[in-house]
Formats: sequence, C-alpha cells, structure tokens
Amino acid sequence: MTAVTNDPPVRRRSWLDASSRFARRQPLGTFGLVLVIVAAVAGLSAEWIAPYNPTANDFAAMTEPPSAAHWLGTDQFGRDLLSRIIYGARTALIIGFVSSFVGGFLGLVLGVASAYFGGWIDNVLQRVMDILMAFPLIIMALAVVAIFGTGVHNVIAAITVPLVPRCARVVRSSALSIREVPYIDAARTSGFSHSRIILRHMVPNVVAPFLIMLTAFVGQAILAEASLSYLGLGVQEPTPAWGLMLQGGAEEYASTAPWIAIFPGLAIALTVFGFSLFGDALRDAIDPKMRER
Amino acid sequence: MYRYILNRLLLSIPTLIGAAALVFVLMRLIPGDICMVRLGGSGGTVSPSALAACHAQIGLERPLPLQFLDFIGGFAVGDFGTSMWSGKPVIQEIASRLPVSLEIALLATIVAVAIAIPLGTISALKQNSWLDHVVRTVAIAGIATPSFWLGILSILIVLDVSHYLFGHPWMPSIDYVPLWDDPLGNLSIVILPAITIGYRYSAVTMRMTRSAMLEVLREDYIRTARAKGLIEQLIVNRHALKNAMLPVVTLVGIEFAFLIGGLVVTEQVFNLNGIGRLFVQAVQNQDYTLTQALVMLTVAIFVVTNLVVDVLYAWLDPRIRFG
Amino acid sequence: MKTHIRGLAVGLSVTLSAALAATPALAQTPKRGGTMTYMIPADAPPSLDGHKENTFATLHATAPFYSTLISINPDNPASSTDFVCDLCTEMPKPTDDGKTYTFKIRKGVKFHDGTPLTAADVAKSWQYIVHPPKGVSSAREAYMVMVDSVENPDDETVVFKLKFATSAFVPALADPFAFIYKKDILEKDPTWYEKNVLGSGPFKFSSYEIGQSIKGVRNPDYYHQGKPYLDGFNAIFAAKQSVRVDAIRADRAVTEFRGMPPSARDELVKELGDKVTVQTGDWNCVNLLTPNQKKKPFDDVRVRRALALAIDQWKGAPALSKIATVHTVGGLVFPGSPLAATKEELTKLVGFGTDIEKARAEARRLLKEAGAEGLKFELMNRNVDQPYKFIATWAIDEWSKIGLKVTQKVLPTGPFYEGLRAGSFEVAVEFNCQNLVNPLLDVAKVLPRSVYPENYGGYEDPKLIELYNAMLHETDPAKQREKMRAFETYALDTQVDTIMTPWWERIIVARSYMKGWKISPSHYINLNLANIWLDK
Repeated sequence: MTAVTNDPPVRRRSWLDASSRFARRQPLGTFGLVLVIVAAVAGLSAEWIAPYNPTANDFAAMTEPPSAAHWLGTDQFGRDLLSRIIYGARTALIIGFVSSFVGGFLGLVLGVASAYFGGWIDNVLQRVMDILMAFPLIIMALAVVAIFGTGVHNVIAAITVPLVPRCARVVRSSALSIREVPYIDAARTSGFSHSRIILRHMVPNVVAPFLIMLTAFVGQAILAEASLSYLGLGVQEPTPAWGLMLQGGAEEYASTAPWIAIFPGLAIALTVFGFSLFGDALRDAIDPKMRER
Repeated sequence: MYRYILNRLLLSIPTLIGAAALVFVLMRLIPGDICMVRLGGSGGTVSPSALAACHAQIGLERPLPLQFLDFIGGFAVGDFGTSMWSGKPVIQEIASRLPVSLEIALLATIVAVAIAIPLGTISALKQNSWLDHVVRTVAIAGIATPSFWLGILSILIVLDVSHYLFGHPWMPSIDYVPLWDDPLGNLSIVILPAITIGYRYSAVTMRMTRSAMLEVLREDYIRTARAKGLIEQLIVNRHALKNAMLPVVTLVGIEFAFLIGGLVVTEQVFNLNGIGRLFVQAVQNQDYTLTQALVMLTVAIFVVTNLVVDVLYAWLDPRIRFG
Repeated sequence: MKTHIRGLAVGLSVTLSAALAATPALAQTPKRGGTMTYMIPADAPPSLDGHKENTFATLHATAPFYSTLISINPDNPASSTDFVCDLCTEMPKPTDDGKTYTFKIRKGVKFHDGTPLTAADVAKSWQYIVHPPKGVSSAREAYMVMVDSVENPDDETVVFKLKFATSAFVPALADPFAFIYKKDILEKDPTWYEKNVLGSGPFKFSSYEIGQSIKGVRNPDYYHQGKPYLDGFNAIFAAKQSVRVDAIRADRAVTEFRGMPPSARDELVKELGDKVTVQTGDWNCVNLLTPNQKKKPFDDVRVRRALALAIDQWKGAPALSKIATVHTVGGLVFPGSPLAATKEELTKLVGFGTDIEKARAEARRLLKEAGAEGLKFELMNRNVDQPYKFIATWAIDEWSKIGLKVTQKVLPTGPFYEGLRAGSFEVAVEFNCQNLVNPLLDVAKVLPRSVYPENYGGYEDPKLIELYNAMLHETDPAKQREKMRAFETYALDTQVDTIMTPWWERIIVARSYMKGWKISPSHYINLNLANIWLDK
C-alpha cells in the first residue's frame, strides 16, 4: 500500500544534535531564541528577580536617572523601572501567547474547515474572514474597550480578533493544496470520518507554516498592546506593561527623563525582534525548499 | 476574466452587508451615546431636557431596524448621511480629510517599494552573506519597532538636530498646507509620517521579496539557464525578478489596504487631520453615521484592493487559472 | 543634585514670570500687528454655537468673534467679583429689592456684516439662553433659573427681571458662552450659528477647516477703540500634547489656553529659558473620588471613612504637583476664595489629618469593624491622562496601604457617563469644573440627586439640603462662612459623601513675546484676544 504520509523520518536525532545543528546554521535565529528565553525567564521569575515592588509609588525618588539603587532609573511616580520592565515581560508574554494561541487555534480550525468542506461553508467563512480582516484593529479595540472596559482580558480579546482571519487564510491555502490530492477522496470513499482525515492528513501539512505564524503573532500581539496603550485603550495603571510605560513616559519625559521612554521601547523592540528572528530561522529550518543549496 | 471579476464583485456584497451589520451592532453596544459625550464632555450640567432635545434632533429614538434600513438603503443609492457630531454630510467630512491620508499612504508606498525591492533582491542573491544578515536585521527591526515610538523619536531627532545645527529647533508647520499651495511646506509636513509608516511597510516587503526571489532562484529553469552559462545578471533581471514580483505585488497590495490601521496611530503622533484620526474621533464621539460610513469605506477599499491584486496576479502569471 | 538645580531654576523662573505677569503692563505700549497662532487642545468641537455647547473647544475657537453683555475684567481675571461691561455702558445697581437689572447698551456697535447691534439683539439672545423656544436647546438654561424675563423696552435698554434676589445672578450673566447673536438670524433659523459665525467681537471670521484650524482677521470697527492689537489669529486644533509642546518649542505656535502639565513646563523652560513665560495659578477644577452608596459596602459610612483616611493629602499634593496638573489641598470650596477653609480648619476633617500612620491604623480598624478587610473593588475613571489617571494611580497606591486591592476601569467619555448615570460603578473619579468661580453654586455638586441632577453618589439626605439652603440665603458674610464650614463638615466628614483630591493647577506656557494676557482660575474666560499683542 502506497500510503502517502507526512510522518517525520524514522531516524531519531538527539535534541542536542538538532539544536547545535540549528545554532550553527541559523546564528540569527539562535540569537532571537536567546532573547525570547531572557524575556520568558524574566516573566516567569519576576517575583524573585525584581528588586522592587513594581506598583509601589515612591515620591522621594521621582524621575531619577539610572543609579546604583535603581539600575534603570525611576519613572514619574518613583517606581523602579527595572522591576516594572521585568514584570512587564510577564504581561507582554501573557498577552502575546494567549492572543496568538487562541487566535491561531481558531484560525486553524476555521481555515481547515473552510478548505476541507468547501462549498457554501467555505464561501461564508471567507466572507466572515474578509470582514474581520478589513476592520482596522484599532477600531475593533476601541469598540471592545468602550463596551467592556480596559484591562488585560479585554485587551487580549481585542488583539485576538484580527489574528484569526490572518491565520485562517494562510492555513486555508496550505490545506487547499492537500485537498486536491486524490487520496483524500479515496479515504472518504473508504469510509474514514471527516475528523480522522482532517487530523491525520490535513493538519500535519499545515503545522509548519502555522507554527511559524504563531511566532510572528506573538510579536504582533505585543506590538498591538503597545499601540493600544498609546491610545489609552490597553492595560491600565498601575499594572506594569511595556506599552503602558511608553505611553506615560514617551512623550512627556522624552527630553527631561529619556530613560522612561527608552527602556520600555527597547524591551518591546528586542522581544519582538527575538520572536521574529526565531520564527524566520524556524521557517528556514523546517521548510525543505528553503534549505541552502 | 470578466466573469471572474463580476463574480468577485457580487461576492463582495455580502461582505459589505456583513461589515455594515457588524459595525451597526458594535457601535450600539457601547454604553452612552453621542449626546452625552457632546454635553457632558467638559463637566457641565447634562440636563435631561437638553439630552432629550439632542436625541430628538439626531434621531436616536427611532426603532433600530428602521435605522439599519436607512443606513443600508442610503448606501445603495449613494447617500451616506450626515455626521451626528457636526451635522455636516459624511462625504464632506471624509473628503476634507482624505488628501492628507492618501498623500501619506502613497508616499509611504513609494518609499517602501523603492527601498525594499532592490534590497530584498540583493539579499536573496547573496544569501547568508554579511550583507544578507544586515538587510534582514534592518528589516526585522522595522517590524519589531512600535511605529508610534519611531514617530515620536523622529520628531525629537529633527528638533534636536536642527537646534544643534541652526541654533533654534525646527519642526514642520502644524497648520496643514495642501500640495499645490506650498509644495515644500506640504512635503515637510508629510515626509516624516510617510517614513514612519514606510519603514515597516518596506521591511515587510523586503522580506517577501527576499523569500520570493529565493524560491524562484531554485526553480529548474533558472538552474538550466545558469548551467548554460548566461550572464547571472541577465538571468536575474529577466526571469527571476519578474516571477518573484507576483507574491510581492500581492503583498504590497494587501499591506496598502492595511495602511489605514497604521494611519490611525501615526496621525495621532504627528497631529494630522486625516482619515485615521477622524476614525478614532468618530468612535469616541459615538457618531454612528460617520463610523458606519468609515468602516464601509475601509472594507470597500480592502475588497477592491484584493480584487485588483488578484486580477493582476492572474494576469501576470499565465499559469494560474481563474478557478 | 542636577534635579535640585533644575528645580531651583524652574522655581525661580516661575516666580519671576508670575511676578512679572502680575504687574500691570504700564511700562510697555502695545505694538500693533502680527498674526498669532495658538493651539486648541481638542479635536473638532461638535458645533460653533456657544449657546448649545459645553466644551471649551467651542469657546477657544469662537470667543474672538463674539461680544458678551458683561465679562470678568480681563485685567484682573483671577477675581471672581470684578465684572466689567463689554456691550453695556456701565454695571447697573439692581432695583426693586434686587430683582431688576437695567442695562444700557453701547451705541454704534456693528455686527461684522455691517448691520447695527441693538438692545433687541441682546435681549433676543438672552431670551434664547434663559427660555429657549421649543426645539432649541440651551446648555445654560439650568444656571439661569432665577431669571423671570428679559425685555428690551427700547433700542438701547435691556431689562432682566428675576424671580428672587440672589448674588448668583451677576456671575451667571458673565458666562463666557453667552454670545450675542443677531435677532433676525435667531428668529429665522436658530441652528444657523452651529455652522456659521457672525459676531460683533474683535475679530471677523476668516476660515474654518473642520478638525484642522479656524482663523480670524482684525475687526476694524471694533467698539473698544484701539483694539484689537493683532492683525489676526490662527487657531489650530492639536489634540496631542506632545505636538503642542513641540510646536511651542519650534515657535510654530505661541501657546494654548487650557493648561499644560508640569513635565511640559519643565521641558520648555529647560529648552527655551527666557524665550517662554510661565503663568501658574489655581484652577477652578477638582477631581472627587465618589463612592456609590447604592452598592455595598459603600453604603457603610465606616468604609467611606476608611477610604478617606488612607489618603495622605499633605504629602501627596506636593509630589503630584511635579507630575500632574494638581497643586493645592483643599476642601469643597475653591482654595482662593474667602469662603474656603484654612489649613487649621481642614485638618479637622477626616482624611486631612497630619498624622497619616494614625489615620491608616484607624482606617484598618474601621474596615475590620465593617467586615470589609482586604476589600477588592474597581475604580471607574475617564480615559484622560491629566490629572485623572495620575490621581487614580496615586489613590490606588494609597489604598493598598490599608490592604485594599483596587483596579482601574478606564472608559471613554460616553460609557463613563453612562456608568455614572446608571450607577453601575463602585467608586468613580468624578470632577467638578465650573466656568467661573462661584462657590455658592459650585459646592452644589455634593447635593443629592433630587436637587442636583449631576450627583452620582446615590444618596438622599434632607439635612444636607437644609444646610445648603441655610447657607445660600444667608446675607451676612461671616455667618455665611460659618454655615459653609458646617455644610462642608457634614458632607466631607460626617457623611463622607465624596473624597477630595488636590485642586487642579493651571500652567500656561507661552512664548515671551505674547503680552497682554493674564491667567485666571478658569480656562473658559479671557479668550477673545482683544488685549493681546506681540512684542516682536
């Protein structure tokens, strides 16, 4: 039986082997991974490594430049910037991961369903995806926030919505290429259920672009939080969040206390940078067509 | 081909109606209404009689299905209604703000394409060289940096540099002048926002150009041409670039449709009286008619741009059939 | 060390410029000419009609085009009792037991289209303000309830007849939104002024690009001879603060007439030194933290007392004044007013004590007694930075010191008001901002909703109303002050109906060549630019 599968080759590699191979071939990607790991460690262990309470105002130490007591300086309320950035990593990664996973998962389901079932289901889903994509994120977020208020949960909801159609589109076109393969029809005639076919044959094929998209989504979600906070629609004080810190400090203190604006901005840029680099390298490594000559 | 276009246009009607329904419902879910914003915004007294008079004047008391039919029906005949906030026709509100946004969008696209395509191509040709790494890093930095941060920094840099060089800080006029009235003044106002948006735009395009070029360069016919010994330059220019342009054109088109999102934030940073800022004001003022019209406009632009890109794509690549 | 020197420099320049601003500009003769560009810190206002709107954006855009009957003296705008005539010839003494005011109107005043302005126009405009005809809305109707009728017996006289004598009438008459419109236009189309401008003020309408700018040119026939000094003005709508600061820095605009935060002042002073002048003063605006007494446990006065006790006003105000537009600790009354409490009187009220540790211990005890230890609640706030979000961040931190876990719920204007009116909030950051300093009317904010519709505390209290009325009808100033203390103590201390936060501070930063403008406690007055001249 010539079963066409997408199972990985049988030869097992050790993780160490694979990762050192990855590091050698994709130096940029490895650098990106390191950045991501730094952010993740900061977010996970914030309580232990942050020197101060991130929400404790200290009126005796307002807008102080970086010093021995406060490595990255303090903000306008006298709160330690380093601590806020460390805790901010937690907020950023929570928002980033939840939005991209939920959005990605929904997009995966819808994209595969759209490709597999075709017909009017495909048409309707396509139209819905079009509408969601055309709606500017900011406007959607404005409405969500106006209805439900600000806060981490609502920000996540607002950011997840535009990610779903983008994911669905990509998944759909990947899945469509599988759809045309004759063995799918053969499998249906043989009596295999929809779910079995979808899970065993379609999903594995779209996993690669899907995973790469997820890493891109995390970065985009973090940036989206920053933009929403800039407009006052994101996470609110006193929760530490990078976008919020930029909003408060970026413009008012840009010349009198620049560290308030620079460090959160750097944190965002480096984290998103890391995710993008890593995602790129992942794609280069996984996609057989992109391997070196 | 015409059947395809007609088909797509017909399919866009449910998209538009769906978008209309979504924005209609979404706006009315927001608590409060425009009259409260208008009267209460500065802390003055919001007397019930003034509120009622405002409601009556604007027509907020009519039953919802009637309002929706009015809205959809109006669109069908080209009557987009009047803004609830200012009482002026929506067309006038949008038309007065379109030039700025359009100018920035076009300028950003030009900047993006002019930078991205050459750099992306070179990057692909010299894959994994130091040049490639530099270009890729710059591209990813463009995607990773919050655009409003970039905008703020750019204004500050211009202020500080001009202060240092000329002794007094300079920034473009905050009073907008149209292009034909004062080209230099107009360009000075528009160039920084265009670069701010264009940087990200060019980064995305650069990456797509690079990956598309890489894919094409591996095609059999390219390898054959190389084996035959044709000058590499010729190969690139004639075969690879043309084919690589297909996905790039698609991307440029799609990203252009998404520019409105970028404009929203950038117009805030640079205080430009454009569509993006109008959008935010309309939602915050809970101006139903204006918001609805703007959403429809955005969706229409999106649908048309997608259609144009798809048609272009199919027309450029004879291998693709209209299925 | 650097911060101290900078602070000293700022302090010096502020004091100096305030001193300079306070001295009348006798020494300098105003120069004529020039077009002034200033900024309006808002997006497009809904309309240009001062009678219908409440927003300062309308006023900043249209005040230079119109005349009013009387106004606060522009040379002494910090006063709340110094009124001068704009269109009238002199301030009248009331007759008929204080119930009738007869104004004589200037002769020779012309609208910008050349037609004469007479008492008929003044009377008609005021009739539309006080008793608007059906279908016409007047945003100031509620302030003018004491007026019975407005008549013009002849072309030069306007007579106001009141229902009862009250000292609140003349200040209400000076309302900066009370533009004098043309009678014929009002009768023909009362909505005309929403989109059009026709006034008799120092500047004639030139152009209006919605959302962008509004411009005016000098009115050569202005009835105050010799004014205005400027050739014209450009008002640019600039909703983003950073743009406003940068524009002043790059000399693209002269100033804005609302108020800037301390960080903006510091930045401009640091960059430009004596090229900018800073004027500072108390602002007749204050934020209030109002618990919703319809929601448990805020119906328990012990919980409300605890909320007030936790907040350290005396330490918070100076710290906040460095980063937010607040400054002076005060009670219900505007700090500059003679009716305001002194520091000694304030410290007797709950939440204004000087021993914060003792106060917080007491707060914890009260919470425990009321069974509300470790209470979690949401603070509903508007989506405005200065000073709302700063006040909220400060309050939340203060409350955390007595074990309360508070989060902020930030809403845009519409949903915020809906939340207030529907009573769906737990504690809200409210505000009380008035056009003019008029303490007797201003403190009505804490009266129950049955009497004052804009109260959202969710309580009824006949004793409070009684105390207020007693104070309102008291004619002896010393006794009135006593009654004000009684009212204030009952509202803030006994019942803790609301919790005060430091009063706002108005900071106006302008390029030094702008002369002839003095700061006042209200960003609604002194906006017609008639006295401003550019020294360059």
